[in-house]
Amino acid sequence: MVKEFDIPALPTYLETPKLKEGAMDGEGPFKSAQEFQNPLGFPGEKVDNWQKVAIDKMGELKSKYRSVQVFLDSCVKCGACTDKCHYFLGSSDPKNMPVARQDLFRSVYRRHFTFAGKYFPKLVGAKELDNEMLDDWYNYFHQCSQCRRCSVFCPYGIDTAEISMAAREVLDVVGIGQKYCNQILGKALTIGNNLGLPEPALRDTLLDLEEEIEEETGGIAVKYPLDQKGAEILLITPSADFFAEPHIDGLIGYGKVFHQDGVSWTLSSYASEGANFGMFIGSYDVMRKAALRIRKAALDLEVSRVMVGECGHAWRVAYSFWNTLSGVGVGAADEFSQKLQDQLDHRYPQPQHIIEYTHDLIQRGKLVFDKSANDDRTVTFHDSCNVARATNMGGILGGQFILPREVIKAVCNNYVDMERSTIKESTFCCGGGGGLLTDDLMEIRVKGAMPRMQALKTVEKDNGVNTLAAICAICKSQFSKVLPKFDFDPYMIVSVHQLVSEAIIMDKRKIEFQEDKSEVD
Amino acid sequence: MSVISIFFTALFYISLIVFLIGMVKKIYQFGITPAPLKIPIAPTPLTQKGVVMRIIREIVLFESLFRSNKWIWLFGWLFHIGLLLILIRHIRYFWPDDLPDIFLLTQSFKYAAFVMVIGLIGLMLRRIFVERIRYISAPSDYLMLIMLLIIGISGMIMTFTSNHTDIIMVKEFASGLVSFNWQNLPTEVYFLIHIFLVFVLMAIFPISKLLHMPGIFFSPTLNQVDNARSKRHIAPWALKQEQEHAIRLEQILGKDE
Repeated sequence: MVKEFDIPALPTYLETPKLKEGAMDGEGPFKSAQEFQNPLGFPGEKVDNWQKVAIDKMGELKSKYRSVQVFLDSCVKCGACTDKCHYFLGSSDPKNMPVARQDLFRSVYRRHFTFAGKYFPKLVGAKELDNEMLDDWYNYFHQCSQCRRCSVFCPYGIDTAEISMAAREVLDVVGIGQKYCNQILGKALTIGNNLGLPEPALRDTLLDLEEEIEEETGGIAVKYPLDQKGAEILLITPSADFFAEPHIDGLIGYGKVFHQDGVSWTLSSYASEGANFGMFIGSYDVMRKAALRIRKAALDLEVSRVMVGECGHAWRVAYSFWNTLSGVGVGAADEFSQKLQDQLDHRYPQPQHIIEYTHDLIQRGKLVFDKSANDDRTVTFHDSCNVARATNMGGILGGQFILPREVIKAVCNNYVDMERSTIKESTFCCGGGGGLLTDDLMEIRVKGAMPRMQALKTVEKDNGVNTLAAICAICKSQFSKVLPKFDFDPYMIVSVHQLVSEAIIMDKRKIEFQEDKSEVD
Repeated sequence: MSVISIFFTALFYISLIVFLIGMVKKIYQFGITPAPLKIPIAPTPLTQKGVVMRIIREIVLFESLFRSNKWIWLFGWLFHIGLLLILIRHIRYFWPDDLPDIFLLTQSFKYAAFVMVIGLIGLMLRRIFVERIRYISAPSDYLMLIMLLIIGISGMIMTFTSNHTDIIMVKEFASGLVSFNWQNLPTEVYFLIHIFLVFVLMAIFPISKLLHMPGIFFSPTLNQVDNARSKRHIAPWALKQEQEHAIRLEQILGKDE
C-alpha cells in the first residue's frame, strides 16, 4: 500500500523546483470508518447527495468564518506564496503551492457562489465539485500541515490553513474523514488522551518515571502527581510526553523544574491530553468539546493555574482559542467559566506555557544549572509553526521566539540559529503537523521535511550542530522518523526541557540548607 | 447629445451603480461575517495601535510582499503608486469649476503613467514567463492586466503623443457626469477605448479579484490584536451555541462519563 519513493537530496542552497504536475497525486491518507466518524457527528460513508451537502456546508462555513469569505475573494494570484510551502519545495507538485491548494476550494466557491463563476466559469477558473475534484481535495488538503508559513508572505494575510480546515470539515460532513485524526479524536474525547491510555496505565507510567528519576538523581524524589485535588498547577501536556522518545525526557525536565520551585502540581487523568486534533479537522465543535475537558479538570481539581507542556498546536489552541472555546482566561460569562475565573490566580497569565514558567524561574534566579552538562552539544532551535506563527509567550513582541532561546542559552553553552529565512515567523514546518503524522503519509512527510533538513544540514556543516531542540510533540515524533532518512542521527532531536533536565542542579536547596546550618553552628 | 455620448453617459452611471451596490454589499458581507477565533499571523502586534500601523504598512509599503518576493513587490508597488498618482491627477477632469492652485502640484503626475505601465508590464511578463505563476493564472488574470495596460497606454498616447484629445471637451463631459449636466464627449478612438475600459473595470470591481482592496481591511490574520489570553473573543453564533448547549454541558461537566 505504501509506495516507494525517493528521498529528496539536500541542496546547498534551497532552490525553487520546476513544476512536476501530478507528482503527489494519490488517494490520500487512509479514510476513516463509520466507528470513528459517527461519534464525532459525521456520516460513516460518502452520503448520496454529497454534492449538495458539500456546497451547503461551504455556504455555511463562509458565513460563519470571515477568514474563509475574505480569503476566497481577495486572492489576486500574485504568486508571492508559490515558493513558500515546504511540501511544494520538497515535492514539486504544483498543487502543493499554497494558492493552487486554495484554488481547489476557491474554484468551487467561484462556480457556486460568485456571479463571474456562475456565468463565465472558464474565464475565472471556476470548477464543478465532481468526484475528481473531491478526490483532489482529500489528497491535497491532507498535504497541508496548516503551518501558516504562506500567510506570513501573503500581502493580504491569506491563510491556507483556514481554507484547508474548511475543506476538511466539508469532507467530514459528506462522510469522507481522515482515519488518523478522527480515530484519535474518539480516544481523546472518551478516554481523555490521544493514546487511549486509561487512568491506571497512566498512573503506572508516572510511578515508573518517578522511580527512574530517583535512581538517576541518586535519591531525589521528583513526583508526578495525578488527579491531586487542590494542587496549584494543572499541567496539560501532549500524551506523547508520557510514552514517546524523546518526549519523555522533556516530561522529566518539567518534573525537575516543578520540584526545584517547590510548587504543588498535578496531571489530570480526565484531561490527559494537550493536543487537540479538533483544530486539524477544522471543527469548532469538536475542538470545543476537547477543550471543555480541560476546563472540567481544572474545576474538579480546584487548581489555581493551568499550564501547557511542550506541544505546538496545543499551545495555539490554549493560547489563542481556550478563552474563546471554554473561558480559560478572562471575560467569559457562563457559570463554569465564572467559577474557573474566581478560582484562577490572575497574577499569572492563564493559560501559561511551561517555557514561560521555566523562563520566569530562571529570571528570578530560582534555578541553578551546570551548563557544562550540555557541553557535548551544539544546539539549534526549531521554531514549531503553531508556536511561532499563532501564539505569544511572555507578553512581549516576538516573545515566542525569545523565551525558548533564552531558556536554551541558560542551560547550554553552545547555541547556533539556523538561517534567518527558515526560523522564527518564517520557520519551516517539520513536515508532520496538521494531522499528517501518520505512516500512510510518509512520502509527503519526508518530502516536506526537506527544507528544514536543508537548513539543519548547513548549521551541522558550518557550526557543528548536533542537537535539534523543539517544543512540539509532533515535531519531535516527526524528526525522530525523518532525520535518519537525511543521514542525521535520529537522537539529535530533544525537548527543550530535556536540555533543562540535563543541566539543572537538583540538590541546590539541600546545599543551601546545610550551609545555613553550618553558619548557625 | 450624440448617440455615442448618451451611450457612454449611461454606461458611466450603470457602472457606477453596479460598483457602489456591489461594494456596499461585499463590504457589508465582510463586515457581518464574524471571525470566531483569534487567528492573527506573526509577526503579530500586541496592541490595537500596532495593528493599525501594520495595516498602514501593508497598504502603503506592501510589507509582506516585500518580505516575500522583491520582483513582485517592485512591479506591484510601481503599478499601484503609479495608478494612485494618476487617479489623483484625473480629479481635474471631474472638478466642475476652474481648478484651485493646488492642482498645479499634480501637473507632473502624468509621468506616473510610465511607472504604472512599467509595473503592469513587469507583472504581465512574470505571469507569462514564471512557470509557477503561469500555472495559477486563469484567463481573467491576464485579461485584467491587459485591460489596465490598454487603459494606461491609451491615456499615454493622448498625453504624450500628438494624438491629443480635446481636453476642454473631456472636462465638460466628465464634470457634467458629476453635476448631472450632461455633455457630448470627444470621439477620438483612444479616448473612447480609455473610458470604456475604465467603466467596465469599475463595474467588475465587486465581482472580481479587485476585491483585494476592501479585503485587506477585513483580513483577520492582519487586523486582529494578539491579546487572546487577556480579552475574550467570541462570535455571536458561537456564543448563542454556547448558551443553548449550557444545560447539556452542565450534565457533561457534572459527571465523569
